[in-house]
Amino acid sequence: MAVIAPGTAVPAFELRTEDGVPFTNLDLEGRTTVLVFYPFAFSAVCTDQFQVYEEVVGEIRARGVDIYGVSTDASEAQHAFREKLGVTIPQLSDFEPKGAAARIFGAYFEPGGMTNRAIVVIGPDGVVKASYLAENPGVLPGINVVFDLLAQGA
Amino acid sequence: MRDLTSAPVPPLGEDDHVRGAPDAPLVIVFADFTCPRCAVTAERLQAVRLRTCFRHFALRARHPRALATALAAEAAGRQEAFWAFHDALYADQGRLDDPHLWALCERLGLDIERFDADRRDPATLARVERDIGQALRAGAATTPALVVGDELHQGAPDPTFLADVATMKQFGYREKQ
Repeated sequence: MAVIAPGTAVPAFELRTEDGVPFTNLDLEGRTTVLVFYPFAFSAVCTDQFQVYEEVVGEIRARGVDIYGVSTDASEAQHAFREKLGVTIPQLSDFEPKGAAARIFGAYFEPGGMTNRAIVVIGPDGVVKASYLAENPGVLPGINVVFDLLAQGA
Repeated sequence: MRDLTSAPVPPLGEDDHVRGAPDAPLVIVFADFTCPRCAVTAERLQAVRLRTCFRHFALRARHPRALATALAAEAAGRQEAFWAFHDALYADQGRLDDPHLWALCERLGLDIERFDADRRDPATLARVERDIGQALRAGAATTPALVVGDELHQGAPDPTFLADVATMKQFGYREKQ
């Protein structure tokens, strides 16, 4: 599955916030958004990834960019995961129908039945500015990848 | 705003913390004193003949004492005790609060007033944040992260891997300096 390409208008999708409120493509309008797809809450590697990203989340927001974590975990699990990590990056759930939004972004890992490790930068116009897909879910993108993608999409 | 796009890890500088045989292969370790995997790594690095450079990768979200212990080690370094402090912190990660650090200073014969002033010096914070920035730009996404030649290795290294690096068998090894 190829990750959504730069220049593509983001199709309609629906995720859920940690409070269970729908989060759709309409919520992307007017803001630069980074969606960080990851396999599972509470897995060791994902834990590392978000604690590293948290180190510079203030610098991401200072650039006027919103950042979210996206996985197929239920909202309650994501909320507990974020609280446990002590991070502020909001989480979006692709739980039901499982992986539907991730498939739209080309960020679903069919062999594992889970979200792949991917990053998508979407501009305020709702168009993908830059995207990244890991070779496999075990490859952990550093925060430098996020900043590289933001620079590409600027 | 600082640049956090990808960049290679800078070679050794004059203020880097380096130990080991000067002619041994160099490993740059980005690590955190509160991280158990980093403690294991420190022990494994001591078991092989390598030259080790320690750089800070202290994540605020990882542990409430991550940054504090990094600053404390830097302050100890100003009294020529960085590695002694480093080894003592990793030897007892259950005792990282200020009273424990002061007791450690006493044991190492450090000037505690100077230690306290130095760890609160903005230059000390800048030094630690410089290291963290290097790790982030190199793509480090876990602690520890090791740089061997031009390659970044994430997580605690296997002893066999380190033994191969020590004997320069590890593919891709190239001395930076």
